[in-house]
Amino acid sequence: MAGIPHDHYQPSTGGEKWLHKRLPILGILYDTIMIPTPKNLNWMWIWGIVLTFTLVLQIATGITLVMHYTPDADLAFRSVEHIMRDVNGGWALRYIHANGASLFFVAVYFHIFRGLYYGSYKAPREVTWIIGILIYLLMMGTAFMGYVLPWGQMSFWGATVITGLFGAIPFIGETIQTWLLGGPAVGNYTLTRFFSLHYLFPFVIAGLVIVHIWAFHTTGNNNPSGVEVRRGSKGEAAKDTVPFWPYYVLKDLFALAVILAVFFAIVGFMPNYLGHPDNYIEANPLATPAHIVPEWYFLPFYAILRAFTSEVWVVQLASFITGGIIDAKFFGVLAMFGAIAVMALAPWLDTSSVRSGRYRPMFKWWFALLVVDFVVLMWVGAQPTTFPYDWISLIASAYWFAYFLVILPLLGVIEKPLKRPDTIEADFEAHYGASGGTAQKPNVAPAE
Amino acid sequence: MDRTKEMIKKLALSALLATGLAGGAHAAGEVHQEIEDFDFSFEGPFGSYDQAQLQRGLQIYTQVCSGCHGLQYVPLRALGDESGPGYSDAEVRAYAQQNYEVFDEDLDDYRPATPTDTFPANDAVGAPDLSLMAKARAGFHGPYGTGINQLVKGMGGPEYIASLLTGYTGEQMEQAGTILYENTAFPGGWISMAPPLYGEDVSYSEGQPEPTLEQEAQDVAAFLMWTAEPKMMARKQAGLTGVVFLTLLSVLLYLTNKRIWKPVKRKADEA
Repeated sequence: MAGIPHDHYQPSTGGEKWLHKRLPILGILYDTIMIPTPKNLNWMWIWGIVLTFTLVLQIATGITLVMHYTPDADLAFRSVEHIMRDVNGGWALRYIHANGASLFFVAVYFHIFRGLYYGSYKAPREVTWIIGILIYLLMMGTAFMGYVLPWGQMSFWGATVITGLFGAIPFIGETIQTWLLGGPAVGNYTLTRFFSLHYLFPFVIAGLVIVHIWAFHTTGNNNPSGVEVRRGSKGEAAKDTVPFWPYYVLKDLFALAVILAVFFAIVGFMPNYLGHPDNYIEANPLATPAHIVPEWYFLPFYAILRAFTSEVWVVQLASFITGGIIDAKFFGVLAMFGAIAVMALAPWLDTSSVRSGRYRPMFKWWFALLVVDFVVLMWVGAQPTTFPYDWISLIASAYWFAYFLVILPLLGVIEKPLKRPDTIEADFEAHYGASGGTAQKPNVAPAE
Repeated sequence: MDRTKEMIKKLALSALLATGLAGGAHAAGEVHQEIEDFDFSFEGPFGSYDQAQLQRGLQIYTQVCSGCHGLQYVPLRALGDESGPGYSDAEVRAYAQQNYEVFDEDLDDYRPATPTDTFPANDAVGAPDLSLMAKARAGFHGPYGTGINQLVKGMGGPEYIASLLTGYTGEQMEQAGTILYENTAFPGGWISMAPPLYGEDVSYSEGQPEPTLEQEAQDVAAFLMWTAEPKMMARKQAGLTGVVFLTLLSVLLYLTNKRIWKPVKRKADEA
């Protein structure tokens, strides 16, 4: 499967040979698990396994929750309490599933920013990147619809606000909104279709994850040096890589165990910290909560959505040019989706020939600012829209776009990259060789 | 390995930051509320419900709160939970029978409640159901939308309830035909519920603390935390077991990983 030369699966027993002639499934599994992987991967390369695990965790807990949940506007809230009080271990299933969504997004944000720093999106890995963005979009849809299912106040009003965004699209907006909701406002018909799609999307995600893995197994993994694995011969490739099993399986499992320990501390000791208290009040179409706030993982893009008010000159300009078709509300929606679109276009916006941010002295600082920007957006997304928060969100939103649309294209032209290692082997030895940092542990006998 | 440590440190720090910020979700629209940080026995990873306190809280709920409020999601049988009020089967049956009537569709009539029923709902005067009240309110916010207070002190649901019950100033005003009472814990400062507790509203059995207003407020707040989260003890137990086992597993996996990589890294050493 991979372009990196390595030993392929050879059926040895009679049974294996019989099966291999008819269905080469063992070969595919073997080649997948034994894929040559750059040996210099650092700890930011663990998030893929964390994400895969979380997907399985969410599907497993989700399927079990469905056995006890009732997707009906009159019964949904009560059925969640039934899960919490009457179902054996139901409270655990629900808290793991609810907090699992947060784990999923923590991991996906680390994963995405890893890709942005080490240039994992660059040729030849654009397809992997685009599929990843699609997975992320589906995750957001799934998480949003899942939050509606308990039919609490925040479920109901969050659904009202978010589907209202589609109503901002000129001419066809209201039709789309009605189509999404299944009726004129959020109601039982909304709940049932969200339930159906919340069950469907994870399996679409699982399919895309397989394609995502297939794509990067074809190109080979990126690595912190951004230098490609040598592919001249098996021997050459073997100097740059180790097989995924057992080296990275063990490393990833260790990281996963540490992360799960933290996860279970949250589930066990503070399961409602990341949720909103209002969602323990049953949905009431007649009482609007004082503040409708999306879940934390939506906040950065929610901040961008709200940042562009009718007082911003760009919005006024867009409105003037289009004869009022693009108003502030629609502009906000465009900005929110645009924020993800520019990220998807990173492979073509980044003009630098150097992949890893490690060897890009100017890029490093702009990237660090992007991380800060993301955190600021997340924070300001939960604040009121008054001064100074309106200005903070506007500046932070502007930087998000500037990074992708201006800074990335320009840096490739003006930046002078540092010297990169010739091979992955050289990079690895720089860390673990005699001159590097191997001798960290004094009790380890030095090599002769 | 120093690099690794540094990386892990960075990861942990940013994760902490991310979760801290996440708490910002609750912080929106901070209204001035005076919430006292009461000490409850069930706080912290090792805290557990105080059975006597839950029983006192039930007494107040039954004699005072249930006049206007309901507990429609709480099954009466849960009063027998060992990690809850811990009454005997006979006591639960007697309590249900003496205090509540439920409508039975088969009989097409009211009959005395049994342990298999839930506490009745009560919307006689439009008062909210109390089953989940301790989780539906947050006492602590901020600072500055960071959610750090909730991380340190907890969400503050029971603290909010106790502060509300003790937070009446005695002032009242009439608005659109409703009398509102000034309350320092209630968002906005004016609540339509008349002060329900004054102290000495119930008489506790012997050996129990004096039923002062503060004591009663905390007892009923603890009871409502239990009605909102009856499985809290099982949850903390499971959380602790999970953390301990995963920590052990992490150590084992760390050592295994180190050992597996050793030849690869040593080869690099010798090269």
